[in-house]
Amino acid sequence: MPGTPAITDIEQLKDHPAVIRLLASSSVVVEGAKFDREEMSIYVHRGSIRDACVQLRDDPGCPFNYLSDVTCVDWYPQEPRFEVIYHLLSISQRERVRLKVRLSGSSPSLESITSIWPSANYFEREVYDLFGVRFEGHPYLRRILMPESWDGYPLRKDYPVEGYR
Amino acid sequence: MAHLNAMPTMEAGQDRTMILNMGPQHPSTHGVLRVILEIDGENVVRIMPDIGYLHTGIEKTCEAKFYQQVVPLTDRIDYLCPLTNNLCYVLAVEKLLGLEIPSKAQWMRVLLNELTRINSHLVWLGTHALDIGAMSVFLYCFREREDILRLFEMVSGQRMMTSYFRIGGLALEPPIGFFDKARDFIRRFPSKVDEYENLLTGNPIWGMRTKGVARISAEDAIALGASGPTLRGSGVDFDLRRDMPYSGYENFKFKVPISQEGDVFARYMCRVQELRESNAIAQQALDGMPEGPIKADSPKVVLPDREKMKTQMESLIYHFKIITEGFAVPEGEVYQAVESPRGEMGYYVVSDGTAKPYRVHMRAACLANLQLLPAMCEGRLIADVVAAIGSIDIVLGEIDR
Repeated sequence: MPGTPAITDIEQLKDHPAVIRLLASSSVVVEGAKFDREEMSIYVHRGSIRDACVQLRDDPGCPFNYLSDVTCVDWYPQEPRFEVIYHLLSISQRERVRLKVRLSGSSPSLESITSIWPSANYFEREVYDLFGVRFEGHPYLRRILMPESWDGYPLRKDYPVEGYR
Repeated sequence: MAHLNAMPTMEAGQDRTMILNMGPQHPSTHGVLRVILEIDGENVVRIMPDIGYLHTGIEKTCEAKFYQQVVPLTDRIDYLCPLTNNLCYVLAVEKLLGLEIPSKAQWMRVLLNELTRINSHLVWLGTHALDIGAMSVFLYCFREREDILRLFEMVSGQRMMTSYFRIGGLALEPPIGFFDKARDFIRRFPSKVDEYENLLTGNPIWGMRTKGVARISAEDAIALGASGPTLRGSGVDFDLRRDMPYSGYENFKFKVPISQEGDVFARYMCRVQELRESNAIAQQALDGMPEGPIKADSPKVVLPDREKMKTQMESLIYHFKIITEGFAVPEGEVYQAVESPRGEMGYYVVSDGTAKPYRVHMRAACLANLQLLPAMCEGRLIADVVAAIGSIDIVLGEIDR
Protein backbone atom coordinates (compact mmCIF):
# COMPACT_ATOMS: atom_id res chain seq x y z
CA MET A 1 0.00 0.00 0.00
CA PRO A 2 2.89 2.45 -0.18
CA GLY A 3 2.04 5.80 -1.69
CA THR A 4 4.37 8.43 -3.03
CA PRO A 5 6.06 10.28 -0.19
CA ALA A 6 4.92 13.76 0.69
CA ILE A 7 6.74 16.67 -0.94
CA THR A 8 7.55 19.34 1.60
CA ASP A 9 10.16 21.31 -0.34
CA ILE A 10 8.47 24.53 -1.38
CA GLU A 11 10.83 24.93 -4.35
CA GLN A 12 9.34 21.82 -5.96
CA LEU A 13 5.79 23.01 -5.43
CA LYS A 14 6.04 26.30 -7.24
CA ASP A 15 3.84 25.21 -10.11
CA HIS A 16 0.70 25.11 -7.95
CA PRO A 17 -1.44 28.24 -8.53
CA ALA A 18 -2.03 28.88 -4.84
CA VAL A 19 1.67 28.65 -3.98
CA ILE A 20 2.60 31.03 -6.80
CA ARG A 21 0.00 33.52 -5.70
CA LEU A 22 0.91 33.47 -2.01
CA LEU A 23 4.67 33.63 -2.59
CA ALA A 24 4.21 36.58 -4.93
CA SER A 25 2.27 38.52 -2.32
CA SER A 26 4.35 40.70 -0.05
CA SER A 27 1.86 40.73 2.84
CA VAL A 28 1.58 36.96 3.26
CA VAL A 29 4.16 35.03 5.26
CA VAL A 30 4.29 31.47 3.96
CA GLU A 31 5.85 29.10 6.49
CA GLY A 32 5.90 25.97 4.39
CA ALA A 33 3.96 23.74 2.07
CA LYS A 34 3.18 20.08 1.71
CA PHE A 35 1.91 18.05 -1.21
CA ASP A 36 0.65 14.72 -0.01
CA ARG A 37 -1.89 12.29 -1.52
CA GLU A 38 -2.73 14.72 -4.31
CA GLU A 39 -3.63 17.42 -1.79
CA MET A 40 -1.90 20.73 -1.32
CA SER A 41 -1.41 22.22 2.14
CA ILE A 42 0.16 25.61 2.73
CA TYR A 43 1.26 26.79 6.14
CA VAL A 44 0.62 30.46 6.64
CA HIS A 45 1.74 32.66 9.51
CA ARG A 46 -0.94 33.46 12.06
CA GLY A 47 -0.99 37.14 11.21
CA SER A 48 -1.41 36.74 7.47
CA ILE A 49 -4.39 34.39 7.17
CA ARG A 50 -6.73 37.19 6.12
CA ASP A 51 -4.38 38.45 3.47
CA ALA A 52 -3.78 34.93 2.23
CA CYS A 53 -7.51 34.33 1.87
CA VAL A 54 -8.04 37.61 0.04
CA GLN A 55 -5.14 36.87 -2.29
CA LEU A 56 -6.43 33.43 -3.13
CA ARG A 57 -10.03 34.53 -3.54
CA ASP A 58 -9.06 37.34 -5.91
CA ASP A 59 -6.57 35.35 -7.96
CA PRO A 60 -7.63 36.02 -11.55
CA GLY A 61 -6.13 32.80 -12.93
CA CYS A 62 -7.48 30.38 -10.35
CA PRO A 63 -9.93 32.08 -7.99
CA PHE A 64 -10.38 30.09 -4.81
CA ASN A 65 -13.75 31.72 -4.36
CA TYR A 66 -15.45 29.12 -2.18
CA LEU A 67 -14.69 28.34 1.44
CA SER A 68 -15.49 24.68 1.95
CA ASP A 69 -14.63 24.29 5.54
CA VAL A 70 -12.82 25.59 8.60
CA THR A 71 -11.71 23.20 11.27
CA CYS A 72 -9.00 22.62 13.82
CA VAL A 73 -6.70 19.88 15.07
CA ASP A 74 -5.31 19.75 18.59
CA TRP A 75 -1.76 18.35 18.75
CA TYR A 76 -1.59 18.38 22.56
CA PRO A 77 0.95 18.17 24.23
CA GLN A 78 3.04 19.44 21.32
CA GLU A 79 3.68 23.12 20.74
CA PRO A 80 2.40 24.94 18.72
CA ARG A 81 -0.65 23.09 19.90
CA PHE A 82 -3.44 24.02 17.51
CA GLU A 83 -3.67 23.92 13.77
CA VAL A 84 -6.59 25.79 12.25
CA ILE A 85 -7.35 24.43 8.81
CA TYR A 86 -9.13 26.14 5.95
CA HIS A 87 -10.26 24.21 2.90
CA LEU A 88 -10.68 26.41 -0.13
CA LEU A 89 -12.16 25.41 -3.45
CA SER A 90 -11.95 26.98 -6.86
CA ILE A 91 -15.32 26.32 -8.46
CA SER A 92 -14.17 27.33 -11.93
CA GLN A 93 -10.79 25.56 -11.93
CA ARG A 94 -11.87 22.57 -9.82
CA GLU A 95 -8.89 22.90 -7.59
CA ARG A 96 -8.61 22.61 -3.83
CA VAL A 97 -6.08 24.01 -1.43
CA ARG A 98 -5.69 23.71 2.32
CA LEU A 99 -4.41 26.59 4.39
CA LYS A 100 -3.05 25.91 7.84
CA VAL A 101 -2.26 28.21 10.71
CA ARG A 102 -0.35 27.02 13.75
CA LEU A 103 -1.35 28.48 17.10
CA SER A 104 0.15 28.18 20.54
CA GLY A 105 -1.72 26.46 23.35
CA SER A 106 -2.13 29.46 25.64
CA SER A 107 -5.14 31.59 24.65
CA PRO A 108 -5.08 30.69 20.96
CA SER A 109 -6.54 33.33 18.68
CA LEU A 110 -6.35 34.56 15.11
CA GLU A 111 -8.19 36.89 12.81
CA SER A 112 -11.64 35.98 11.63
CA ILE A 113 -12.24 35.67 7.90
CA THR A 114 -15.98 36.26 8.11
CA SER A 115 -15.61 39.55 6.25
CA ILE A 116 -14.06 37.66 3.31
CA TRP A 117 -16.47 34.73 3.33
CA PRO A 118 -19.62 35.12 5.44
CA SER A 119 -19.82 31.31 5.36
CA ALA A 120 -16.95 31.25 7.87
CA ASN A 121 -19.40 32.48 10.50
CA TYR A 122 -20.73 29.09 11.65
CA PHE A 123 -17.48 27.26 10.94
CA GLU A 124 -15.49 29.60 13.15
CA ARG A 125 -18.11 29.51 15.85
CA GLU A 126 -17.88 25.72 15.80
CA VAL A 127 -14.09 25.80 16.15
CA TYR A 128 -14.42 28.29 18.98
CA ASP A 129 -17.07 26.17 20.66
CA LEU A 130 -15.21 22.87 20.47
CA PHE A 131 -11.55 23.98 20.65
CA GLY A 132 -11.61 27.36 22.32
CA VAL A 133 -9.78 29.13 19.52
CA ARG A 134 -10.85 32.78 19.43
CA PHE A 135 -11.47 34.53 16.14
CA GLU A 136 -10.89 38.26 16.41
CA GLY A 137 -13.37 40.36 14.55
CA HIS A 138 -16.04 37.65 14.39
CA PRO A 139 -19.47 39.31 14.56
CA TYR A 140 -21.04 36.79 16.93
CA LEU A 141 -18.46 34.55 18.56
CA ARG A 142 -20.58 32.42 20.87
CA ARG A 143 -21.02 28.71 21.42
CA ILE A 144 -22.97 27.10 18.62
CA LEU A 145 -23.33 23.37 19.35
CA MET A 146 -22.73 23.13 23.09
CA PRO A 147 -24.95 24.90 25.63
CA GLU A 148 -23.97 28.48 26.45
CA SER A 149 -23.08 27.53 30.01
CA TRP A 150 -20.74 24.67 29.09
CA ASP A 151 -17.31 24.48 30.69
CA GLY A 152 -14.34 23.40 28.63
CA TYR A 153 -13.80 22.65 24.98
CA PRO A 154 -14.83 19.08 24.13
CA LEU A 155 -12.66 18.38 21.09
CA ARG A 156 -9.42 19.26 22.84
CA LYS A 157 -7.29 16.21 23.40
CA ASP A 158 -7.07 16.78 27.16
CA TYR A 159 -10.86 16.63 27.42
CA PRO A 160 -12.00 13.07 28.22
CA VAL A 161 -14.23 11.27 25.75
CA GLU A 162 -16.80 10.56 28.47
CA GLY A 163 -16.73 14.19 29.60
CA TYR A 164 -16.08 15.37 33.13
CA ARG A 165 -18.30 13.74 35.68
CA MET B 1 -21.31 41.58 1.44
CA ALA B 2 -21.66 43.22 4.82
CA HIS B 3 -25.39 42.63 4.77
CA LEU B 4 -24.77 38.91 5.00
CA ASN B 5 -22.78 39.18 8.15
CA ALA B 6 -25.09 40.73 10.66
CA MET B 7 -25.77 38.25 13.43
CA PRO B 8 -26.85 40.34 16.38
CA THR B 9 -28.13 39.20 19.73
CA MET B 10 -31.86 38.80 19.58
CA GLU B 11 -33.69 40.95 22.07
CA ALA B 12 -37.12 42.44 21.80
CA GLY B 13 -36.34 46.09 21.60
CA GLN B 14 -38.26 48.38 19.40
CA ASP B 15 -41.91 49.12 20.00
CA ARG B 16 -43.31 47.54 16.89
CA THR B 17 -41.54 44.22 16.90
CA MET B 18 -41.76 41.08 18.97
CA ILE B 19 -39.61 37.98 19.36
CA LEU B 20 -41.14 34.68 18.34
CA ASN B 21 -39.64 31.24 18.81
CA MET B 22 -40.22 28.75 16.05
CA GLY B 23 -39.19 25.35 17.25
CA PRO B 24 -37.26 23.47 18.54
CA GLN B 25 -40.39 21.32 18.34
CA HIS B 26 -42.03 22.78 15.29
CA PRO B 27 -43.09 20.28 12.60
CA SER B 28 -41.67 22.34 9.77
CA THR B 29 -38.18 22.53 11.26
CA HIS B 30 -37.41 18.87 10.42
CA GLY B 31 -35.97 17.84 13.70
CA VAL B 32 -34.96 20.17 16.43
CA LEU B 33 -34.06 23.42 14.78
CA ARG B 34 -34.99 26.49 16.76
CA VAL B 35 -35.47 29.65 14.76
CA ILE B 36 -35.71 32.91 16.62
CA LEU B 37 -37.72 35.45 14.69
CA GLU B 38 -38.09 39.14 15.25
CA ILE B 39 -41.38 39.99 13.62
CA ASP B 40 -43.31 43.09 12.80
CA GLY B 41 -46.83 41.78 12.35
CA GLU B 42 -46.46 39.01 9.79
CA ASN B 43 -43.18 40.35 8.45
CA VAL B 44 -39.86 38.91 9.47
CA VAL B 45 -37.42 41.62 10.50
CA ARG B 46 -34.59 39.41 11.62
CA ILE B 47 -34.11 35.71 11.85
CA MET B 48 -31.56 33.66 13.72
CA PRO B 49 -31.27 29.87 13.62
CA ASP B 50 -30.27 28.27 16.91
CA ILE B 51 -28.75 24.81 16.57
CA GLY B 52 -27.03 22.21 18.69
CA TYR B 53 -30.03 20.35 20.14
CA LEU B 54 -28.90 17.11 18.51
CA HIS B 55 -25.20 17.46 19.20
CA THR B 56 -23.86 14.05 20.12
CA GLY B 57 -20.12 14.59 19.83
CA ILE B 58 -19.63 12.12 17.00
CA GLU B 59 -16.32 13.72 16.02
CA LYS B 60 -15.01 13.14 19.52
CA THR B 61 -16.31 9.57 19.61
CA CYS B 62 -14.55 8.79 16.32
CA GLU B 63 -11.20 9.55 17.92
CA ALA B 64 -11.76 6.75 20.42
CA LYS B 65 -12.65 4.08 17.84
CA PHE B 66 -10.70 1.96 15.39
CA TYR B 67 -10.97 3.09 11.79
CA GLN B 68 -13.43 0.35 10.87
CA GLN B 69 -15.56 1.08 13.94
CA VAL B 70 -16.23 4.60 12.73
CA VAL B 71 -18.31 3.39 9.76
CA PRO B 72 -21.50 2.76 11.78
CA LEU B 73 -21.12 6.16 13.43
CA THR B 74 -21.16 7.87 10.06
CA ASP B 75 -24.60 6.38 9.35
CA ARG B 76 -26.00 8.26 12.25
CA ILE B 77 -24.90 11.69 11.15
CA ASP B 78 -27.40 12.05 8.38
CA TYR B 79 -30.19 9.53 8.67
CA LEU B 80 -31.50 10.25 5.19
CA CYS B 81 -28.30 9.41 3.35
CA PRO B 82 -26.32 6.96 5.49
CA LEU B 83 -24.70 5.38 2.45
CA THR B 84 -23.34 8.71 1.26
CA ASN B 85 -21.75 9.22 4.67
CA ASN B 86 -20.34 5.69 4.58
CA LEU B 87 -18.92 6.37 1.14
CA CYS B 88 -17.31 9.66 2.04
CA TYR B 89 -15.64 8.23 5.11
CA VAL B 90 -14.37 5.05 3.48
CA LEU B 91 -13.06 7.01 0.50
CA ALA B 92 -11.12 9.26 2.85
CA VAL B 93 -9.56 6.33 4.72
CA GLU B 94 -8.87 4.47 1.48
CA LYS B 95 -7.05 7.54 0.23
CA LEU B 96 -4.97 7.59 3.41
CA LEU B 97 -4.17 3.90 2.97
CA GLY B 98 -3.63 4.14 -0.79
CA LEU B 99 -6.05 1.25 -1.42
CA GLU B 100 -7.26 0.28 -4.88
CA ILE B 101 -10.94 -0.64 -4.89
CA PRO B 102 -12.20 -3.28 -7.36
CA SER B 103 -14.51 -1.92 -9.99
CA LYS B 104 -17.54 -3.95 -8.95
CA ALA B 105 -17.41 -2.42 -5.50
CA GLN B 106 -17.12 1.04 -7.02
CA TRP B 107 -20.12 0.52 -9.28
CA MET B 108 -22.18 -0.89 -6.44
CA ARG B 109 -21.28 2.19 -4.44
CA VAL B 110 -22.46 4.44 -7.25
CA LEU B 111 -25.69 2.47 -7.66
CA LEU B 112 -26.51 2.59 -3.96
CA ASN B 113 -25.51 6.21 -3.68
CA GLU B 114 -27.90 7.24 -6.39
CA LEU B 115 -30.68 5.21 -4.79
CA THR B 116 -29.83 7.00 -1.55
CA ARG B 117 -30.10 10.32 -3.32
CA ILE B 118 -33.54 9.36 -4.62
CA ASN B 119 -34.53 8.21 -1.13
CA SER B 120 -33.36 11.43 0.45
CA HIS B 121 -34.97 13.64 -2.18
CA LEU B 122 -38.25 11.75 -1.76
CA VAL B 123 -38.32 12.48 1.96
CA TRP B 124 -37.43 16.08 1.20
CA LEU B 125 -40.14 16.41 -1.44
CA GLY B 126 -42.80 14.82 0.73
CA THR B 127 -42.06 16.88 3.83
CA HIS B 128 -41.42 20.09 1.93
CA ALA B 129 -44.79 19.81 0.18
CA LEU B 130 -46.41 18.88 3.48
CA ASP B 131 -44.98 22.01 5.10
CA ILE B 132 -46.43 24.18 2.39
CA GLY B 133 -49.78 22.42 2.56
CA ALA B 134 -49.80 19.84 -0.23
CA MET B 135 -50.54 16.76 1.84
CA SER B 136 -50.94 14.00 -0.72
CA VAL B 137 -47.44 14.21 -2.22
CA PHE B 138 -46.06 12.93 1.05
CA LEU B 139 -47.98 9.66 0.72
CA TYR B 140 -46.78 9.05 -2.83
CA CYS B 141 -43.17 9.86 -1.97
CA PHE B 142 -43.09 7.55 1.00
CA ARG B 143 -44.58 4.76 -1.11
CA GLU B 144 -41.51 4.79 -3.40
CA ARG B 145 -39.15 5.40 -0.51
CA GLU B 146 -40.36 2.18 1.03
CA ASP B 147 -39.25 0.29 -2.09
CA ILE B 148 -35.78 1.78 -1.83
CA LEU B 149 -35.54 0.95 1.85
CA ARG B 150 -36.45 -2.64 0.99
CA LEU B 151 -33.55 -2.69 -1.47
CA PHE B 152 -31.23 -1.40 1.26
CA GLU B 153 -32.53 -4.04 3.61
CA MET B 154 -31.88 -6.72 1.02
CA VAL B 155 -28.33 -5.68 0.46
CA SER B 156 -27.24 -4.74 3.97
CA GLY B 157 -29.83 -6.15 6.36
CA GLN B 158 -30.78 -2.66 7.51
CA ARG B 159 -33.30 -0.19 6.24
CA MET B 160 -31.64 2.97 7.41
CA MET B 161 -28.38 2.45 9.30
CA THR B 162 -26.82 0.45 6.53
CA SER B 163 -23.03 0.52 7.17
CA TYR B 164 -22.72 -1.38 3.92
CA PHE B 165 -19.57 0.22 2.58
CA ARG B 166 -16.44 -0.89 4.34
CA ILE B 167 -12.87 0.29 4.12
CA GLY B 168 -11.61 -1.61 1.09
CA GLY B 169 -14.92 -2.50 -0.52
CA LEU B 170 -18.36 -3.73 0.48
CA ALA B 171 -19.54 -5.66 3.50
CA LEU B 172 -21.23 -8.46 1.57
CA GLU B 173 -21.87 -9.70 -1.91
CA PRO B 174 -25.27 -8.34 -3.07
CA PRO B 175 -27.84 -11.13 -2.64
CA ILE B 176 -29.47 -13.11 -5.44
CA GLY B 177 -32.40 -11.21 -6.85
CA PHE B 178 -31.15 -7.80 -5.75
CA PHE B 179 -30.31 -6.59 -9.24
CA ASP B 180 -33.69 -7.70 -10.58
CA LYS B 181 -35.51 -5.88 -7.81
CA ALA B 182 -33.39 -2.77 -8.37
CA ARG B 183 -33.99 -2.92 -12.12
CA ASP B 184 -37.71 -3.26 -11.53
CA PHE B 185 -37.72 -0.18 -9.32
CA ILE B 186 -35.69 1.87 -11.78
CA ARG B 187 -38.03 0.93 -14.60
CA ARG B 188 -41.09 2.05 -12.65
CA PHE B 189 -39.67 5.16 -11.05
CA PRO B 190 -39.74 7.76 -13.89
CA SER B 191 -43.52 7.46 -14.15
CA LYS B 192 -43.74 8.08 -10.41
CA VAL B 193 -41.75 11.29 -10.78
CA ASP B 194 -44.31 12.31 -13.40
CA GLU B 195 -46.96 11.73 -10.75
CA TYR B 196 -45.26 14.06 -8.27
CA GLU B 197 -44.75 16.64 -10.95
CA ASN B 198 -48.39 16.42 -11.97
CA LEU B 199 -49.32 17.26 -8.41
CA LEU B 200 -46.91 20.14 -7.96
CA THR B 201 -45.04 21.62 -10.91
CA GLY B 202 -47.99 23.15 -12.71
CA ASN B 203 -50.07 23.62 -9.59
CA PRO B 204 -50.90 27.34 -9.27
CA ILE B 205 -51.00 27.27 -5.46
CA TRP B 206 -47.59 25.58 -5.34
CA GLY B 207 -46.31 28.19 -7.76
CA MET B 208 -47.59 31.05 -5.65
CA ARG B 209 -46.03 29.65 -2.51
CA THR B 210 -42.65 28.99 -4.10
CA LYS B 211 -41.97 31.25 -7.08
CA GLY B 212 -40.04 34.37 -6.20
CA VAL B 213 -39.86 33.27 -2.56
CA ALA B 214 -36.60 33.19 -0.58
CA ARG B 215 -34.53 34.28 -3.53
CA ILE B 216 -30.76 34.11 -3.29
CA SER B 217 -28.25 35.27 -5.87
CA ALA B 218 -25.40 33.11 -7.14
CA GLU B 219 -22.87 35.48 -5.61
CA ASP B 220 -24.48 35.35 -2.16
CA ALA B 221 -24.89 31.60 -2.37
CA ILE B 222 -21.16 31.13 -2.99
CA ALA B 223 -20.20 33.65 -0.31
CA LEU B 224 -22.42 31.91 2.23
CA GLY B 225 -21.03 28.48 1.43
CA ALA B 226 -24.11 26.96 -0.20
CA SER B 227 -23.65 23.70 -2.05
CA GLY B 228 -25.64 21.04 -3.82
CA PRO B 229 -29.11 21.83 -5.19
CA THR B 230 -29.21 24.98 -3.06
CA LEU B 231 -26.23 26.31 -5.01
CA ARG B 232 -27.37 24.97 -8.38
CA GLY B 233 -30.81 26.50 -7.88
CA SER B 234 -29.05 29.86 -8.01
CA GLY B 235 -27.46 29.07 -11.35
CA VAL B 236 -23.99 27.90 -10.30
CA ASP B 237 -23.09 24.91 -12.44
CA PHE B 238 -21.05 22.80 -10.06
CA ASP B 239 -21.47 19.20 -9.08
CA LEU B 240 -18.70 17.23 -7.40
CA ARG B 241 -19.76 14.01 -9.14
CA ARG B 242 -19.04 15.52 -12.53
CA ASP B 243 -16.39 18.12 -11.74
CA MET B 244 -14.22 16.30 -9.21
CA PRO B 245 -15.26 12.67 -9.74
CA TYR B 246 -14.77 9.99 -7.12
CA SER B 247 -15.62 6.30 -6.91
CA GLY B 248 -15.80 5.90 -10.68
CA TYR B 249 -18.34 8.65 -11.43
CA GLU B 250 -16.24 9.62 -14.46
CA ASN B 251 -17.64 6.52 -16.19
CA PHE B 252 -21.22 7.76 -16.06
CA LYS B 253 -23.06 10.15 -18.31
CA PHE B 254 -25.55 12.45 -16.67
CA LYS B 255 -26.81 16.00 -16.76
CA VAL B 256 -26.45 18.35 -13.83
CA PRO B 257 -29.76 20.20 -13.51
CA ILE B 258 -29.46 23.90 -12.74
CA SER B 259 -32.00 26.70 -12.43
CA GLN B 260 -31.30 30.39 -12.67
CA GLU B 261 -33.99 31.95 -10.49
CA GLY B 262 -32.57 31.11 -7.08
CA ASP B 263 -35.98 30.85 -5.42
CA VAL B 264 -37.76 27.99 -3.68
CA PHE B 265 -39.26 26.82 -6.95
CA ALA B 266 -35.84 26.74 -8.63
CA ARG B 267 -34.45 24.53 -5.90
CA TYR B 268 -37.53 22.34 -6.18
CA MET B 269 -37.00 21.96 -9.93
CA CYS B 270 -33.32 21.11 -9.44
CA ARG B 271 -34.09 18.32 -7.02
CA VAL B 272 -36.96 16.89 -9.01
CA GLN B 273 -34.79 16.72 -12.12
CA GLU B 274 -32.05 15.18 -10.03
CA LEU B 275 -34.50 12.39 -9.19
CA ARG B 276 -34.64 11.53 -12.89
CA GLU B 277 -30.88 11.90 -13.40
CA SER B 278 -30.10 9.73 -10.39
CA ASN B 279 -32.45 7.12 -11.73
CA ALA B 280 -30.59 7.22 -15.06
CA ILE B 281 -27.22 6.86 -13.31
CA ALA B 282 -28.52 3.91 -11.33
CA GLN B 283 -29.71 2.36 -14.60
CA GLN B 284 -26.23 2.79 -16.13
CA ALA B 285 -24.66 1.28 -13.03
CA LEU B 286 -26.92 -1.76 -13.29
CA ASP B 287 -26.35 -2.19 -17.02
CA GLY B 288 -22.58 -1.93 -16.78
CA MET B 289 -22.09 -3.70 -13.46
CA PRO B 290 -18.70 -5.44 -13.78
CA GLU B 291 -17.98 -8.90 -12.44
CA GLY B 292 -15.25 -9.56 -9.95
CA PRO B 293 -14.38 -9.24 -6.29
CA ILE B 294 -16.12 -6.76 -3.99
CA LYS B 295 -13.19 -6.26 -1.64
CA ALA B 296 -9.68 -4.99 -2.16
CA ASP B 297 -6.88 -7.52 -1.90
CA SER B 298 -5.42 -6.24 1.32
CA PRO B 299 -5.75 -8.82 4.10
CA LYS B 300 -4.43 -6.55 6.82
CA VAL B 301 -7.24 -4.07 6.29
CA VAL B 302 -10.16 -5.95 4.77
CA LEU B 303 -11.96 -8.57 6.81
CA PRO B 304 -11.72 -12.04 5.21
CA ASP B 305 -14.75 -13.93 3.96
CA ARG B 306 -16.50 -16.01 6.56
CA GLU B 307 -15.99 -19.19 4.54
CA LYS B 308 -12.24 -18.71 4.29
CA MET B 309 -11.97 -18.28 8.02
CA LYS B 310 -13.24 -21.82 8.48
CA THR B 311 -10.56 -23.33 6.25
CA GLN B 312 -7.57 -20.99 6.26
CA MET B 313 -5.44 -20.22 9.29
CA GLU B 314 -4.21 -16.90 7.88
CA SER B 315 -7.71 -15.60 7.39
CA LEU B 316 -8.57 -16.44 10.96
CA ILE B 317 -5.47 -14.66 12.23
CA TYR B 318 -6.08 -11.56 10.13
CA HIS B 319 -9.69 -11.45 11.26
CA PHE B 320 -8.63 -11.68 14.88
CA LYS B 321 -5.98 -8.98 14.43
CA ILE B 322 -8.31 -6.53 12.67
CA ILE B 323 -11.07 -6.98 15.23
CA THR B 324 -8.87 -6.74 18.30
CA GLU B 325 -6.14 -4.32 17.23
CA GLY B 326 -7.50 -2.56 14.19
CA PHE B 327 -5.04 -1.67 11.48
CA ALA B 328 -2.47 1.09 11.41
CA VAL B 329 -3.03 3.83 8.87
CA PRO B 330 0.01 5.75 7.59
CA GLU B 331 0.46 9.25 8.90
CA GLY B 332 -1.17 11.98 6.91
CA GLU B 333 -4.35 13.88 6.32
CA VAL B 334 -6.98 13.89 3.60
CA TYR B 335 -10.05 15.89 2.78
CA GLN B 336 -12.50 13.87 0.76
CA ALA B 337 -15.65 15.51 -0.51
CA VAL B 338 -18.63 13.85 -2.13
CA GLU B 339 -21.86 15.21 -3.53
CA SER B 340 -24.44 14.26 -0.93
CA PRO B 341 -28.14 14.91 -1.63
CA ARG B 342 -27.71 18.14 0.31
CA GLY B 343 -24.44 19.35 -1.13
CA GLU B 344 -20.76 19.06 -0.46
CA MET B 345 -20.18 16.55 2.28
CA GLY B 346 -16.54 16.42 3.26
CA TYR B 347 -14.58 14.23 5.62
CA TYR B 348 -11.28 15.52 6.90
CA VAL B 349 -9.39 12.62 8.43
CA VAL B 350 -6.04 13.00 10.16
CA SER B 351 -3.96 9.97 10.98
CA ASP B 352 -1.03 9.85 13.38
CA GLY B 353 0.02 6.39 12.26
CA THR B 354 -2.00 4.40 14.79
CA ALA B 355 -5.14 2.29 14.45
CA LYS B 356 -7.44 5.07 15.62
CA PRO B 357 -8.06 8.27 13.70
CA TYR B 358 -6.42 11.28 15.30
CA ARG B 359 -9.17 13.56 14.10
CA VAL B 360 -12.28 13.08 11.99
CA HIS B 361 -14.10 16.19 10.94
CA MET B 362 -17.27 16.19 8.91
CA ARG B 363 -18.01 19.14 6.71
CA ALA B 364 -21.78 19.23 6.90
CA ALA B 365 -23.46 20.63 3.82
CA CYS B 366 -26.55 21.59 5.81
CA LEU B 367 -24.59 23.60 8.36
CA ALA B 368 -23.32 25.87 5.62
CA ASN B 369 -26.64 25.91 3.77
CA LEU B 370 -28.48 26.93 6.93
CA GLN B 371 -26.51 30.17 6.94
CA LEU B 372 -28.49 31.23 3.91
CA LEU B 373 -31.69 31.39 5.91
CA PRO B 374 -31.37 35.00 7.14
CA ALA B 375 -30.46 36.21 3.65
CA MET B 376 -33.46 34.35 2.26
CA CYS B 377 -36.13 35.32 4.75
CA GLU B 378 -35.51 38.76 6.14
CA GLY B 379 -38.15 41.18 4.94
CA ARG B 380 -40.55 38.42 3.98
CA LEU B 381 -43.55 36.77 5.61
CA ILE B 382 -43.44 34.11 8.32
CA ALA B 383 -45.10 31.62 6.00
CA ASP B 384 -42.16 32.03 3.61
CA VAL B 385 -39.77 31.00 6.36
CA VAL B 386 -41.40 27.58 6.33
CA ALA B 387 -40.99 27.35 2.56
CA ALA B 388 -37.37 28.52 2.79
CA ILE B 389 -36.42 26.01 5.49
CA GLY B 390 -37.94 23.24 3.42
CA SER B 391 -36.16 24.36 0.30
CA ILE B 392 -32.66 24.12 1.76
CA ASP B 393 -33.38 20.53 2.84
CA ILE B 394 -31.86 20.46 6.29
CA VAL B 395 -31.11 17.40 8.36
CA LEU B 396 -30.41 18.39 11.91
CA GLY B 397 -28.43 15.27 12.67
CA GLU B 398 -25.86 16.40 10.17
CA ILE B 399 -25.86 20.01 11.30
CA ASP B 400 -25.32 19.19 14.97
CA ARG B 401 -23.30 15.98 14.66
